[in-house]
Amino acid sequence: MSAELASIEETRDRLAEVGYLADESAALVTYLAGRLGKPVLVEGPAGVGKTELAKAVSRATARDLIRLQCYEGLDEAKALYEWNYRKQLLRIQTESADAGWQEVKEDIFGEEFLLPRPLLTAISTDRPVVLLIDEIDKTDQEFEAMLLEVLSDFQISIPELGRVEARTRPLVLLTSNNSRELTEALKRRCLYLWLDYPSVERELAIVHLHAPQLDAQIARKLVEVVHMVRALDLKKPPSIAESIDWARALLLLGAEDLDRTVLERTMSIVVKHRTDLDLVAERVGLKLGDELLGQRRQAG
Amino acid sequence: MNPGLYGGMPGARGPAGMGPRLLEFADELRREGVAAGTSELLDAIRALDAVSWTSREDFHEALAATLAKSQEDRHVLDVLFDRFFFRAVEREAVERGLTEERFRVSADLDLDSLRERIRQAIRAGSEGEMRDLARLAIAAFGRQGEGSGVIGVDVQRIRRTLGLKPEKTGSELLGPDAVPRDRLQDFEQHVRRELERQAIERTRSLPPAKPLRELDRALPTNPAQDLSQVHRVVAQLKKRLASHAREHRGRRRSWQVDVRRTMRASLQTGGVPLELKYRPKRPRRPELFVLCDVSTSVTSASVFFLSVLHALHDQFRKLRSFVFVERISEVTDVFERERSFEAVSRRIATDAGVADVSGYTDYGRVWLEFLDEVVDDLDPRSTVIVLGDARTNGREPHARALARVAEGAGRTFWINPEPRLYWNYGDSVMAAYEPYCDGVFECWTTKQLEAFVNAIADLRPAA
Repeated sequence: MSAELASIEETRDRLAEVGYLADESAALVTYLAGRLGKPVLVEGPAGVGKTELAKAVSRATARDLIRLQCYEGLDEAKALYEWNYRKQLLRIQTESADAGWQEVKEDIFGEEFLLPRPLLTAISTDRPVVLLIDEIDKTDQEFEAMLLEVLSDFQISIPELGRVEARTRPLVLLTSNNSRELTEALKRRCLYLWLDYPSVERELAIVHLHAPQLDAQIARKLVEVVHMVRALDLKKPPSIAESIDWARALLLLGAEDLDRTVLERTMSIVVKHRTDLDLVAERVGLKLGDELLGQRRQAG
Repeated sequence: MNPGLYGGMPGARGPAGMGPRLLEFADELRREGVAAGTSELLDAIRALDAVSWTSREDFHEALAATLAKSQEDRHVLDVLFDRFFFRAVEREAVERGLTEERFRVSADLDLDSLRERIRQAIRAGSEGEMRDLARLAIAAFGRQGEGSGVIGVDVQRIRRTLGLKPEKTGSELLGPDAVPRDRLQDFEQHVRRELERQAIERTRSLPPAKPLRELDRALPTNPAQDLSQVHRVVAQLKKRLASHAREHRGRRRSWQVDVRRTMRASLQTGGVPLELKYRPKRPRRPELFVLCDVSTSVTSASVFFLSVLHALHDQFRKLRSFVFVERISEVTDVFERERSFEAVSRRIATDAGVADVSGYTDYGRVWLEFLDEVVDDLDPRSTVIVLGDARTNGREPHARALARVAEGAGRTFWINPEPRLYWNYGDSVMAAYEPYCDGVFECWTTKQLEAFVNAIADLRPAA
């Protein structure tokens, strides 16, 4: 498999091969990212497959995935590089007493004593990689500013060593849950992709891809219920991964239909808050009940 | 003819080619507040090199990915994209004197069968067919001679003549006449386009490009989404209020060294504590008092306010909420017990005991009562948020009482559902209260709520 994606159609097909059904804009932006060498900022609600997209791209292009998980208080030492103090100390201790300061200094600030962290690793490898900077909105603005150099010029300045320039261009994806407005400077350097919950048809295709043995009718009903649940005002709406989990669970349980009892027994797979559970049981359960009634009336 | 009013042909256009067109498009985007800079434009041009620009879809997506950097921008771009290229095509047609063959409607065109065909096309969602049928419908309709000349009115008349009804949201069963709501909107869009086209052909001039209305600009939403949007903004509010302590990282005076973590870190440097580790400063727990006007003068806004209150309760533990009309009543426990928004509003409407005798708000009395009830609980760490229109119905405003509330609390904010323009007109006494608040905001949409959140995040916390 080549590492290049030659066209939009090919991008979509290759992503589908590795189990990710991309919509038009996701395929196009991924393709453009490769062609223009620009990072992609992926935004959207939790659980629509932002991180999964990065993983799929790495599989589809047969590149390694380097992941930097962001959190509050993430700093350069954990994202870029760190000096290996211990090794430096050892080096100084083994140094014979008559060695000059200059020699030692040049010696201990060499690449040998550098501990590369994800960002440095990503740009200094020989083989191009996919770099995933996950949940960038969790970090503070200073960190964002630090990223700018990496993202626009693909280089990192280390005061003691000089500039480390990228040997290969990584494909960079940044994800954000939009919990904080990102800076204009960062946005300007990125292509923008908004991922939303898929339509019923697309989600059905996704569920089918991951749980092919599930009966088509149950699958459709499942996806429709998940969409109904998302339309409610919940603390945490179900993600795509959760609908897949649910489909698999129904398969394991050998459910023959998705009715009110099955829903009430298994809905904890898609709904994870106590208060949400009550709401879903009441609203969606009621609807499923009505539907049954309607079907019976039609039959009778 | 006055070109400002009736349109007409815009002035000579710039050099031909893709580049200048893109610049014009970017210019329109900027006028609508999308920050499309030069570097974005360069990206767009490079992106268009990489995709085939003959596919409208790809062309559109490529522009969106490079020019629009948020969901709101994206929506504005979509609206403008359609308009811009529609106008460009029509202009070309007018310049070259092209006209299209219109449908000649034979007298025996059966409105009922047309109706059925349109309904089917809408359900099937086929774009091409919907467009053709839209023309046919216009032709059939035009024959009846009911055209009003105003496009928006005509679209609605055509829809009524055709008897097209959107199905109710959420219902699974299709009524015999109902068609999916969003597809119906597509069809209406087609009818609108075709009517515009005819008008352009008839007058041989383009209507002026108007700025987008607030309504077009807003993302399409439904009530549940609205509610969840309010929740999202309030979640942000919580984060902002909580992160005040963190923003003061510059002042290290009051920081405490974390001995355990410092020792642990010093192992890396052979036991020499080169780097001091500090104890993270615990963010102070925001204590909120929210007062919400639920009188009739703010009826439309009070649903919004209650949903804000509802969302606040979801996020904050230390929150006490009050609703008032003529008198004040604490509803904290209602919100804590009931999870669903409908249940909460029902309970507040029925038995919250807001002493709604006359239905008129009495702000002055509300302050006095509020002061009575909570004055001992107010401390400099608490924040008071008032949601109301400050219309006292001519009663004594008792601004001194509010001043005492504001003195006791660390911060006081006022959110007013009326546009700033109407403040202090009639019985609104906003000016009397404003001096005692740390900030007053007009707010009736989630967007403005976000602006409020941003504004209070910028304010320094009370010392």
